[in-house]
Amino acid sequence: MWFEPRAHPSAALRVLAPAGAVVAALALCAALIAWTGTGVGEAYALLFQGALGSRFALAETLTRATPLMLTGLAAAVAFRAKLWNIGAEGQLYAGALVAVVLGGGILDLPGWALLPAALLGGALAGSALLVGPTLLKTRLGVDEVVTTLLLNFVVLLFVSMMLEGPLKDPMGMGWPQSAPVLPEAELPRLLERSRLHAGLVLALVAAVALWIMNTRTTWGYEIKAVGANPAAAAFAGIPVNRVMLKVAVLSGGLAGLAGAAEIAGLRGYLTLDLSPGFGYSGIVVAMLAQLHPLGVVAASVFVAAVFVGADAMSRTVPVPNYIAEVLVAVSLLCVLVSSFLVRYRIRRSP
Amino acid sequence: MGDIADLLLSATFWAATLRIATPYILGTLGELVCERAGVLNLGIEGIMTLGAMAGWMAVYQGAGLWTGVLVAALAGALLGLLHALLTVPLGLSQHVTGIGVTLLGTSLSYYVYRMALPQVSSPPTVEPFQPFAVPVLSDIPVIGPALFNQTPLTYAALAAVGLVAWVLYRTPAGLAVRMVGENPAAAEAQGIDVTAVRIGAVVCGSALMAVGGAFLTLSAFNAFFFNMINGRGWICIALVVFASWRPGKALLGAVLFAAFDAFQLRLQQIVGPALPYQVFLMLPYLLSILALVVMSRRAAYPRALMIPFRKGERH
Repeated sequence: MWFEPRAHPSAALRVLAPAGAVVAALALCAALIAWTGTGVGEAYALLFQGALGSRFALAETLTRATPLMLTGLAAAVAFRAKLWNIGAEGQLYAGALVAVVLGGGILDLPGWALLPAALLGGALAGSALLVGPTLLKTRLGVDEVVTTLLLNFVVLLFVSMMLEGPLKDPMGMGWPQSAPVLPEAELPRLLERSRLHAGLVLALVAAVALWIMNTRTTWGYEIKAVGANPAAAAFAGIPVNRVMLKVAVLSGGLAGLAGAAEIAGLRGYLTLDLSPGFGYSGIVVAMLAQLHPLGVVAASVFVAAVFVGADAMSRTVPVPNYIAEVLVAVSLLCVLVSSFLVRYRIRRSP
Repeated sequence: MGDIADLLLSATFWAATLRIATPYILGTLGELVCERAGVLNLGIEGIMTLGAMAGWMAVYQGAGLWTGVLVAALAGALLGLLHALLTVPLGLSQHVTGIGVTLLGTSLSYYVYRMALPQVSSPPTVEPFQPFAVPVLSDIPVIGPALFNQTPLTYAALAAVGLVAWVLYRTPAGLAVRMVGENPAAAEAQGIDVTAVRIGAVVCGSALMAVGGAFLTLSAFNAFFFNMINGRGWICIALVVFASWRPGKALLGAVLFAAFDAFQLRLQQIVGPALPYQVFLMLPYLLSILALVVMSRRAAYPRALMIPFRKGERH
């Protein structure tokens, strides 16, 4: 076997490859479903219906997609500059923590300022958490993958400490949870009788803004250049370290905003199960989207649909809902392979 | 202070340290073998989870304990093979593929566990490895009970350190592994099949990691819990940097780290509620970051780490 680079992969190929990868993932996971004795067609039909088949299902899927969109964008913007931010989970919790403190009215702000303060404060907390590892990377050459990963554990323990200590809700019946934010710090609902909130609008605006940044601004070009070849970028006069820091502020900020929006839009208060791994799923979303901001929107809806649909499916047939995580992991690996096949064609001999 | 001095001289403390160190030793050695061949393996967390589940499941279904260890190693090797095929011949991003392998390893473990045991409320248990007192040696005061009254997998981990060091530095295979991690083009010129060596190293390294996971379910505990690996894999990646990619230092790092862990558990009992327990739980992670910062200045990365290699292509 021989891999030959394709000079110009066609646009159709680039769009169809991820779709084909998802179909391949569904086919691969069919074996796991068949093991349960459930018909594969029936299981996938139930999954699809549970994710998109009704107004309620659709609203649930979009609610679930909102934080994934933001963490997906966080990963996409960082990975484009080859800043391997694996710490979105921790940044999300840091954002949520600050949002719940500010939204609870600790600063005595006027009512109209509470929501912006909570969202902005949450984003800044996420930024701050990524700036540290990025400085260690640019100044001392410490690998950011491990530092951002380890910080996830530190942040979660810190949040747990706060929830059992100073932030513990006296009305919480002894549970480790914070007091709820004030009503002025809540994001409005988008759809009646659903949990869908304006965080979705924030995420969509962020996606479009990043798309414009990538394609129309010097910033976007600099980030791409740094990611493609830092040495060449430095030679061309791009301040590589400063670009990395900007990317860190942006990426951490988006992940922090994901946490703040979950507090302001959905939960109202902070618990340790705020995120079922949105930070890690964001990496999958970004890769499924090939790091394209608008692709992130589609990919996050797909991943959210798999999770929401699998939950619904597992209530009807005896397929454990862990199938959702397996499906998402297999999809990621299939998309990686498909992205390779877009760039190379397979030949029998050189 | 007398308390602490007593603690550091007690056999039970060092016995616990070695027990805590075992999965770190195996995981760090496994990651070290992969990285020495030039492949970062972020799949470690998932590979350890799968090893813990598969080894335990085999024993629960009636296999012997050593068969369980073998099953864990095979499962880890398979997942490692997947990582190797994607990153070595295809040259895909080692970071992203590794995350994918971790997600797959953990989710598949949970799915299979739920499928095999659909209606259990409390985790079923198996009869785990028992400590084996080495005759004569275990009678030495302090050192004896600490070092020579462990379970067989701990002895195996210690032996693996020597074995990996011997293979890396004293055999042609080890030379080939180090060469493809440092200068694959030169290795190729010497007639070494870079792709094959890298795949082999990742497969063997992943098998070691999986045995590290199986230690938890078959030796330290007797059941499989969700979230059981709990970041141990990521710590191993930090320990590899701390060890400067050397097996002997990996052992030292794992034991120091475990000693710190055992120490904080006991300190927590002494200090009591004066400090929240989360502070103590944070320390291992903060310590790992600190170790990375300190060691980064002197880090001698394998020079081809994370750089894909294609026959005949120049870099």
